[in-house]
Amino acid sequence: MFRFLVRRALGALVILLIISAVTFWLFYAIPRDPATMSCGKNCTPDMLEQIRKNLGIDHPVPVQYWDWLKGVFVGRDYAGFGHCDAPCFGYSFANREPVLGTILDRLPLTLSLAFGSAVVFLIFGIGTGMIAAVKQGKWQDKVASSASLVASSLQIYFVGYVAMYFLVAKLGILDNPSYTPLTENPAEWASGLLLPWLVLALIWTANYTRMTRSQLVETLSEDYVRTARAKGMSSRNVFFRFAWRGAMGPIVTIFGIDLATLIGGAMITEYTFSLQGVGRLAVDSVEKSDLPMLLGVTLLAAGAIVIFNIAVDAVYALIDPRIRLA
Amino acid sequence: MTSTDQQPFLSVRDLKVHFSTEDGIVKAVDGLSFDIARGQTLGIVGESGSGKSVTNLTILGLHDPARTRIDGEILLDGQELLTASERTLEKLRGNKMSMIFQDALASLSPYHTIGTQIAEVYRKHTGASKKEARARAIEMLTRVGIPQPDVRVDDYPHQFSGGMRQRAMIAMALVCDPELLIADEPTTALDVTVQAQIMDLLKDLQQEFGTAIIFITHDLGVIADIADDVLVMYGGRCVERGTKKQVLGNPQHPYTLGLLNSMPALDGPVDVPLSPIPGSPPSLLNPPTGCRFHPRCAFAEKVAGGKCSSAQPVLEVIDGRGSACHLETSQRDALFADYAATAGHN
Repeated sequence: MFRFLVRRALGALVILLIISAVTFWLFYAIPRDPATMSCGKNCTPDMLEQIRKNLGIDHPVPVQYWDWLKGVFVGRDYAGFGHCDAPCFGYSFANREPVLGTILDRLPLTLSLAFGSAVVFLIFGIGTGMIAAVKQGKWQDKVASSASLVASSLQIYFVGYVAMYFLVAKLGILDNPSYTPLTENPAEWASGLLLPWLVLALIWTANYTRMTRSQLVETLSEDYVRTARAKGMSSRNVFFRFAWRGAMGPIVTIFGIDLATLIGGAMITEYTFSLQGVGRLAVDSVEKSDLPMLLGVTLLAAGAIVIFNIAVDAVYALIDPRIRLA
Repeated sequence: MTSTDQQPFLSVRDLKVHFSTEDGIVKAVDGLSFDIARGQTLGIVGESGSGKSVTNLTILGLHDPARTRIDGEILLDGQELLTASERTLEKLRGNKMSMIFQDALASLSPYHTIGTQIAEVYRKHTGASKKEARARAIEMLTRVGIPQPDVRVDDYPHQFSGGMRQRAMIAMALVCDPELLIADEPTTALDVTVQAQIMDLLKDLQQEFGTAIIFITHDLGVIADIADDVLVMYGGRCVERGTKKQVLGNPQHPYTLGLLNSMPALDGPVDVPLSPIPGSPPSLLNPPTGCRFHPRCAFAEKVAGGKCSSAQPVLEVIDGRGSACHLETSQRDALFADYAATAGHN
């Protein structure tokens, strides 16, 4: 297990290095000058030169990348901001705020959105999927299957606005989406995020219903499930300890990828509910040609995918003893 | 004990198992009756799709009730199984009656250790503690001849060889000393030496516990080795039954004769070609009219009035011996002798 983790962590590091280099290169592939953009109207060449120095972009692109890397691993000195300790992801071109601090500020909201909705859609998705599989071909199955087909074709920006219009504006059942840190006030944290959680969960539940159903339908007809029945195991035991155990693997895999997507790709959700999370930050940094911030959020999204993939592999080995980690 | 001396241990009466499919009703078993006494072995022979496995899954109640219609009667030690509740059946399965499946790799759970899978049966039916059940699992593994049972008990099925898996499967089926054991082609996937060991193991265990065994196979050699009585199935019906000696030594049904002739005889001349039964097993969705075997039968035209294609022959059993064929007994002996001679057997 330890060797597996070390190996995969090293692999992850290489992937993140490559992604950062590609992002850097792509950013400068379009001719643009971040200094001109932040210099404003009455810009003199001297001022421009000074801004470049301050932001640390007065060198050729490869040297800039090298400086950035040095910042991440050992820290660096900026003419405009002074010393920045490792891990230093630089300062935003747009508002001069430190990248790491800004992301860490925004991250709790994005994580709350992702994990909160994941809890809801896992419970409902797997629950209805199980019912559909057990009641295969009966009305419960038909309702669950057709409802999940409809729900999975819905879009968050549509359901989100409709839900806000009816549940918040018209009926006043739910609060307008807002974010209060969990540590500050758990009740407000939950009530402010309840609507986004439910809307996200509605759409994602559908996928998990269908996946759970199809996996279970398959494992329920496995020979070892029949053997378990032939041994006199109770139906509940047969279902959870045998059929569900076999169905879990693929669901865990997809869940890992989905969770990473929810963390790294929350733009539309955050725009729909006017929440200031990492997704919003990513879009803003593209709009403002804010390279350090863009690098930061890109690496966060990529890092989430890499880390959850490692976690999925480790969990998979726990579920299925035939899989050995190497 | 509820059974009397006259009552057989397991009694199957006019069993019908029909599945509804999109194409119509499949008559997998169509009026089957047989008995087994304690300590006896009944061999059920037949081609794939003749209804052997379905019959035995039905005895355990492992069919899908939503798609299956079952008629008839199955009495185990005087207890009716077809109308029994799921809860009652759960208590019987793995305990009083258990089953060994053909493909041990697919039939053992890949997610649990061999020991767990054996121990949980024991715990379920005896209420033993975890420790006792584990000790019992090791004991069972020892009995079926697994080397280092105290170590291998914690292995997963994929860490076992094919023969060891089948042994583990047998250990699991026998852990509660069942009175009825159904073995569904338990040796088909194994090589011959392992096959012989497993057969010996089953015979030893039967002697020890007086278990009644239903042995399902398509291998007549295996039947010759283990069975007391033989039941030959074709198209969901019993076509011939009797003792092993009667059925294998003096077959009364053309299908049984055909099966015997499609096997090589070790003591016969080596250059005689095998004579397989022409044609293929009947569709159970739309079975042939009359005798189900008549389209493949070498003697169908010998019966007067085309009775073979119009009337279903009746299985008449006297003292456990009988066959379902329209041929007259006198006619049959002569025809079968000729047939055997041309096929190179005698």
